[in-house]
Amino acid sequence: MQKQTGKITGIRRRLLPYLILSPYLVHLLLFVLFPVVFSVVLTFHKWNIIAPMEYVGLDNFRRLFQDRLFWKAVLNTLQFLLVHIPLQITMALALAYFLNEKIILRSFFRASFFLPVVISGVVVTILWQQLYGLETGLLNRALTAVGLNRVEWLSNPFIAMISIAIMATWKNVGLYVILFLVGLQTVPRSYYEAAEVEGASAWQQFRYITLPAINPTIFMVLILSTIGGFSLFIEPYIMTDGGPLNSTLSAMLYIYKQAFGYYQMGYSATLGLFFAMLIMAVVAVQKMTIEKEN
Amino acid sequence: MKASKIIMYVLLIGATLSFLYPFYWMLLASLTPEAQIGELGLMPKALTFSNYTQMAGKIPIGRALLNSFMVASLSTAGILVFGAMTGYVLAKLRFPGRNLLFFVIIFTMTLPFQITLIPNYILMVKLQWTDTLAALIVPALNSTFAILLFRQAFQSIPDDLIYAARVDGCGELRIIFQILCPNIIPTIITVGIISFMNSWNDVLWPLIVIRDEQLMTMPQLVTLFAVGGRAEAQLGVKLAAAVLLALPIILAYSIFQRHFIQSMASTGLKG
Repeated sequence: MQKQTGKITGIRRRLLPYLILSPYLVHLLLFVLFPVVFSVVLTFHKWNIIAPMEYVGLDNFRRLFQDRLFWKAVLNTLQFLLVHIPLQITMALALAYFLNEKIILRSFFRASFFLPVVISGVVVTILWQQLYGLETGLLNRALTAVGLNRVEWLSNPFIAMISIAIMATWKNVGLYVILFLVGLQTVPRSYYEAAEVEGASAWQQFRYITLPAINPTIFMVLILSTIGGFSLFIEPYIMTDGGPLNSTLSAMLYIYKQAFGYYQMGYSATLGLFFAMLIMAVVAVQKMTIEKEN
Repeated sequence: MKASKIIMYVLLIGATLSFLYPFYWMLLASLTPEAQIGELGLMPKALTFSNYTQMAGKIPIGRALLNSFMVASLSTAGILVFGAMTGYVLAKLRFPGRNLLFFVIIFTMTLPFQITLIPNYILMVKLQWTDTLAALIVPALNSTFAILLFRQAFQSIPDDLIYAARVDGCGELRIIFQILCPNIIPTIITVGIISFMNSWNDVLWPLIVIRDEQLMTMPQLVTLFAVGGRAEAQLGVKLAAAVLLALPIILAYSIFQRHFIQSMASTGLKG
């Protein structure tokens, strides 16, 4: 430890920052920078970890572009996002809008909406697998009780991914309610009072005061749930194992199966790298569109 | 009361029920004899712990709880200690390479984990860390978001405090942990809660690097129990395992509810 009084001097002073940084720097090199470089190396090789690496040029990429199942998994993930994100934004906004009114029990409501956010996705998925059950699931029991037909929540290939998107919205919406609530509270009350005097309806107030004010929050929610949604994995892993007919096979689940079901390290690293680039590209396009709008 | 207000309350209460009732049902179902779960509604007809005892006989759930606590506590401790150190250097010290480092940190934050997942797995194999808790703890000892939050918090502390401490002969580590950290308790709580929760709930990485059942964390063990054949299509035992996985976080949440919400709202991060 430094014992001289006043300022630290000489070589010690110059080395000190790096010394304090060293745990992070070693970690960064080992678990982030090396893997990034290594993932590029892997894309040109065929490797099952045990046998020596075999150079295969661009074969992995060629295979990727012809891999129908991978593209189906990417499309499935996009389909999930297309249902999940609009649902999430409208639900979160509506609930936050209500919570921002003068109401009793606000913190109780807020805490209940937030509960699924802190709970493991594993628990939520096991629970919803039961709610979605065909015969004894709570949802179908409720539907038949009011005289409606059962829904094949998880066994119909056209519905299964939508069911997973609904569940994911239920799990995450509380977080976005809070984010929207923070955004809504920045809008001065006086704006609404003025609009009230002018005779603006509740919808007009929402459309012309609230929405423009929380635009930045909407974009933040959009980007956060895009990144989160692309990582969809444990929900289909537990609920459907990608079925029926691969309709809920997400890109992450496919990569996982390629890597740890078949131990094709080169190919799965190629899939991982490509998919990560796709995510970054989608987020970049979203960000550019947002900047253009403003 | 106006009609619009009544509609609003109806919607809010309906939403609240939709969030709370499934958890209530799960808890009840885990305490209900298997044959009656199918008809379970609001109130149970008979209560039993047999789902829990059966489940505990099939999987090492106590061991998994212990593993999860160890992994989550140690990685959270690492994230706090190293996050404070790195954040301090970035906020308060000038040195060559500082801008480059900051750039790299931002780069790692925008990097989707899908790139590093497979190379990191190979690294674990080569280090012979697969099927050890080290594979779960060591790669999790640093976190970019923690570094950035600590940096931000330290920037708001005046430099004079640091100069005065140096004159008094304090070393840099003592300055960080004894002088500065007591001033940024809210940041420490935020980082602590989010890191612990993320570690507790993480399941993909454990599924990849752990095969030995004795070393599994709660989410992994419960996942494999739910998808594997050992639950023998019994619903109650699966739900009992899920309840035990959720319980520690629900307890922590009910005590530190405000902190949870504020922490996650201020960072926009999700578990």
